[in-house]
Amino acid sequence: MTKYKMHVLVCGGTGCRSSASDLLLENLRTEVENHKLSNDVKVLMTGCFGFCEKGPIVKVMPDNTFYTQVKPEDAAEIVNEHLIKGRKVTRLLYENPETSEHVGDSEKIEFYRKQLRIALRNCGFINPENIDEAIARDGYQALGKVLTELTPEAAIDIIKKSGLRGRGGGGFPTGLKWEMTHKSKGDQKYVVCNADEGDPGAFMDRSILEGDPHSVVEAMAICGYCTGASQGLVYIRAEYPLAVERLRIAIAQAREYGLLGENILETNFSFDIDIRYGAGAFVCGEETALIHSMEGLRGEPTVKPPFPSQSGYLGKPTTVNNVETYANIAPIILKGAEWFSSIGTEKSKGTKVFALAGKINNVGLIEVPMGTTLREVIFEIGGGIKNGKKFKAVQTGGPSGGCLTEKHLDTPIDYDNLIANGSMMGSGGMIVMDEDDCMVSVARFYLDFTVDESCGKCAPCRIGNKRLNEILDKIILGNGTEEDIDRLRYLGAVIKDTSLCGLGQTAPNPILSTLDNFMHEYLAHVIDHKCPAGKCKSMMKYSIIPENCVGCTACARNCPVNAISGERKQTHFIDSHICIKCGACIERCKFNAIVVN
Amino acid sequence: MNNIKLTIDDKTVEVAPGTSILNAARTVGVDIPTLCYFKLGDMPIENRPGGCRVCVVEVEGRKNLAPACVTECTEGMVVKTHTIRALNARKTVLELILSDHPTDCLVCAKSGNCDLQALAQKMGIRQLHYTGAQSHYRKDTSPSIIRDMDKCIMCRRCEMMCNTVQTVGALSGINRGFMSVVAPAFEMDLEHSVCTYCGQCVAVCPTGALTEVDHTNAVIRALADPSKTVVVQTAPAVRAALGEEFGLEPGTLVTGKMVAALRRLGFNYVFDTDFAADLTIMEEGTEFLNRLTKFLEGDKDVKLPILTSCCPAWVKFFEHQFPDMMDIPSTAKSPQQMFGPIAKNYFAEKIGVSRKNMVVVSIMPCLAKKYECSRDEFKVDGNPDVDYSLSTRELAMLIKQSNIDFNALPDEDFDNPLGESTGAAVIFGTTGGVIEAAVRTAYELYTNKPLPRPDFVELRGLEGIRSATIDVDGFDLKIGIAHGLGNARKLLEDIRAGKSHFHAIEIMACPGGCIGGGGQPLHHGKLDILKKRQMAIYREDAAKPIRKSHENPFIIELYKEYLGKPLSEKSHHLLHTVYFDRSRSPILIKSNGKCE
Amino acid sequence: MTKVKTLADLKKLKDKLQEKVKLREKGLDAENHVQIKVAMATCGIASGAKVIMEFLIEELDKRNIEAVVTQTGCMGYCFAEPTIEVTLPGQTPVVFGYVDVRKADEIIEKYIKNGELVDGIIPQNYETIDNN
Repeated sequence: MTKYKMHVLVCGGTGCRSSASDLLLENLRTEVENHKLSNDVKVLMTGCFGFCEKGPIVKVMPDNTFYTQVKPEDAAEIVNEHLIKGRKVTRLLYENPETSEHVGDSEKIEFYRKQLRIALRNCGFINPENIDEAIARDGYQALGKVLTELTPEAAIDIIKKSGLRGRGGGGFPTGLKWEMTHKSKGDQKYVVCNADEGDPGAFMDRSILEGDPHSVVEAMAICGYCTGASQGLVYIRAEYPLAVERLRIAIAQAREYGLLGENILETNFSFDIDIRYGAGAFVCGEETALIHSMEGLRGEPTVKPPFPSQSGYLGKPTTVNNVETYANIAPIILKGAEWFSSIGTEKSKGTKVFALAGKINNVGLIEVPMGTTLREVIFEIGGGIKNGKKFKAVQTGGPSGGCLTEKHLDTPIDYDNLIANGSMMGSGGMIVMDEDDCMVSVARFYLDFTVDESCGKCAPCRIGNKRLNEILDKIILGNGTEEDIDRLRYLGAVIKDTSLCGLGQTAPNPILSTLDNFMHEYLAHVIDHKCPAGKCKSMMKYSIIPENCVGCTACARNCPVNAISGERKQTHFIDSHICIKCGACIERCKFNAIVVN
Repeated sequence: MNNIKLTIDDKTVEVAPGTSILNAARTVGVDIPTLCYFKLGDMPIENRPGGCRVCVVEVEGRKNLAPACVTECTEGMVVKTHTIRALNARKTVLELILSDHPTDCLVCAKSGNCDLQALAQKMGIRQLHYTGAQSHYRKDTSPSIIRDMDKCIMCRRCEMMCNTVQTVGALSGINRGFMSVVAPAFEMDLEHSVCTYCGQCVAVCPTGALTEVDHTNAVIRALADPSKTVVVQTAPAVRAALGEEFGLEPGTLVTGKMVAALRRLGFNYVFDTDFAADLTIMEEGTEFLNRLTKFLEGDKDVKLPILTSCCPAWVKFFEHQFPDMMDIPSTAKSPQQMFGPIAKNYFAEKIGVSRKNMVVVSIMPCLAKKYECSRDEFKVDGNPDVDYSLSTRELAMLIKQSNIDFNALPDEDFDNPLGESTGAAVIFGTTGGVIEAAVRTAYELYTNKPLPRPDFVELRGLEGIRSATIDVDGFDLKIGIAHGLGNARKLLEDIRAGKSHFHAIEIMACPGGCIGGGGQPLHHGKLDILKKRQMAIYREDAAKPIRKSHENPFIIELYKEYLGKPLSEKSHHLLHTVYFDRSRSPILIKSNGKCE
Repeated sequence: MTKVKTLADLKKLKDKLQEKVKLREKGLDAENHVQIKVAMATCGIASGAKVIMEFLIEELDKRNIEAVVTQTGCMGYCFAEPTIEVTLPGQTPVVFGYVDVRKADEIIEKYIKNGELVDGIIPQNYETIDNN
């Protein structure tokens, strides 16, 4: 076997690939070959490193060199300098935004220091298209252990004791779910992996499937053994072609090794996995809707009970877990329930993967122990707010969640704390807002999403959310009244109280939580007809300060709608009825004579 | 399993496991309002998507409100149905539904018969606190049914009827969120879909979203035209239901008043589709006896079982869904379509009126009949054998519009010669009736012996699929009966798989047969109404002096004078039809007319 | 690919395959390993640093010593090439100059295995030789 001196890891996640990391990989390989280094250096593609803000990422091992924003044409320099001469390419190293120092060792990058990677253990570390690398990292050892050493009951007990809760949003104890299916009677049972990740800004599941598909394949087989199912189904959105492809490869390789199929490891246990494609309906992340979609029916939820563990896919007992939940299973089996439950808070064990997005410096994917505070996540790992702006709020739990503010920054993140503070864990999306964001508009953004994604089955969600959205529109256009704010509250509460599924029951959350935390912004809109963040265009008024205007005509000449009039060397005037608030005049005015209020 | 004890509005209730809160409440006089929920008595026809959320109630210890129709009772449950929280939520949800519904009640076809309107009144909705955009859809008019989906409240009853009960699959939920609506695939027109026009969607629609195509004005115009001789025929099931539209008890037979009313409306001849039903028995019965005789003689290629063909929705169903089996049903036309050519040929000649000056109107419990009379093969040079088909509901409207005090009318008799009928024809109106009528005649023609008794009670009832073996002078005649197209599908699949042992099968598209037709007064889920209509039909049969089709003197005369004998060349020409393979017909045409 | 028949097979397979990722795993956990940096600039390569690096990788493996061997740029001791820096877990780095195969062998046997200093140490007047 070739003894490589170095491994060069190139991120092959969707984000980095869209910035040409596949060409970069190709170039690195060519350079390595040209310099006859093929026996010394192994160049390989891995899954996502999580630091998507700075992608494409190249990591050189074993010296932990972490190159960021690498372009295909940088390949030659990396090979010539670093691989041959041992000199790290400084300009490509991560630069600490505070000290402006280049950090050579990824272990010393703030983004990674506070992370604890369990679900993401292999992401950005192994080649996801090679089962051997997964096996080298303990892949399928947990499956081997449960099949040969544990009864289904004993294995379920480990999961129960670990305290693992569903990572898809609900936070239902995973072991309990498995136990319910285990106890349900059925000639055929199913294991379903919910990979219909739909929250805006969330990509945890995609990254796991792209970076470490075997962790999911193995865990589904373990679940099958525990619950008595022989068939697994992965419901994945067709918009994730790379994840689909890697999952397909993983399933095929596992079959070749006999780790899926008949009589796995010469036991009586047989298990196989099929892939089912979703068409991108958010509601299909709800487990009953997901099951109906797989059955070929309209993707609509039905009332629970019966729960899928009693009557699920084709009416058979079915366990539905989310991708990230599965990714935690094998380590729990191998390292034990005590190990897992030692991480996290009292009622939320282990770690959680979050997708950081919005006005944050380090956009990307992170995994932290439950109980980490929002402040640590946003300001330490996330590197704080972009452009030195002031933090205003963070939306957790996607469109079903709520906004948390300054006063929540030191709250340890776990399922119960987030709910207590008017938000929720959700699948792990975290969208950071700064002082420039209008919270009424933010609420409308999320509601737009749920109005679009409502399946239309139940009246409160179908019509009620539309009405909420219309009221928000009215407020944003400057036509709102205080009564409208009351209506938002009342109607929001009724929708939560009467909707059929989780989508409708949580859809008003962004409004209700912004009402709780940012009432002053709403009041500013409806009483003063002003948007404090200056986002709501219809409430802005452009005007000229006569004292500052010298009559240079620059503004009038650049106004696209001829809303500005005035003679040369005379004070100009903006007709607010014509003005479209595009801001072209302000940009041109050299005398600070134009103001917006 | 033991019964479950719970409390609903402080009343203790004991119910079997699996009972919903809604049904448990009804046992103690708590009538929780519903909207999307629909159940046809104890028939397996139920719609409970839990979608409208009008029936929400408060359950102690539960975070959110529970929909009573889909929430099962559990031991010790404490339910409160009219707390301020439940009441306010219910009203708000109803207001929301109303906010996306046109408020043109004054001119809506369903006004007065609309579940949504009734509920809004019951809940005392006087103001809509939430108003905004309304969803709008293209109006879709087919030969039988008008879809005005602006009025759709997404209760999904029609979808349940079309898919689960009828297994037709023409309607399903499409689009998302606010634009969700029930429609044929790709929002194509109903006319291009696999719709059979059975009208069961219309029969269960709580609002004016699905209604029949209204032909009353055309009929009024024909009646007002002095150059036209207007002939009317009335289907057997109409007389058992029409009275309901005038406040009479369900099951009241109004044959005589109906005839009187039609005469007062100005129809020149008031005839009976029952006459044509007797004719159908002669043709279809003879066809069956021919096949059966061949079969008994050892002909293995003969198509058995024979299937009845009186129901136009059923005909369209097998044309779409079982085109490989189109040689199994009888070729006999339906009574409506037998009546047409007999009226426009035999009778027109008799009274010396030209075909183009004769207008034939049918009064039917059915919406598919409107489509049936528009089929090209039932026209001569573009002139239809039956010009207009009115539903029972439309006739009632016509009578009311014409200032006729229906209940005060005297009983009058049908005109001759096409008004005389036997008891065998009357029972065409209920499931099992056609086959019973056929057996009465086939028995006597086959055995040349008089029937010991005309009543075959073993063929009656409301079970979805029934079967009976009848001793025909030592021969075991095996009869199958299905009503509801979903049940029909099961029997057809058996035939396709070679598993059917029947000699003859009667199929009716609508649950209950024609008494439950899509054009009948709305039953609002009360199965009792259908049962009473059925009893009325059998009462009329029992009261008839002649109860076997082949004994109808005017039928005998018709054959003697005009047709010769059953299955004669003339019969074939006027009374039999062919079927068309429609399995490829639901072309995916968008509203712009372009193929997908 | 052959089927993995038993758990023992799977474990064996894992042990065999571990080599594939060991280099990366050690990198992540470098402070708990012996870390050796070989100066591989032009001066180093010219003096035979490449041979030394290969020797070290080969021999450490043979002698079952978990070590992270990486290359680095010029340490500034061109006069003493090849030079290597050895960091034992929890200790300060030590730089050796004029490392030939014999010397390398001695460093492994004495310093790395037993912590005994050997000749050829270049006095340190720097904080780290990592070029960053």
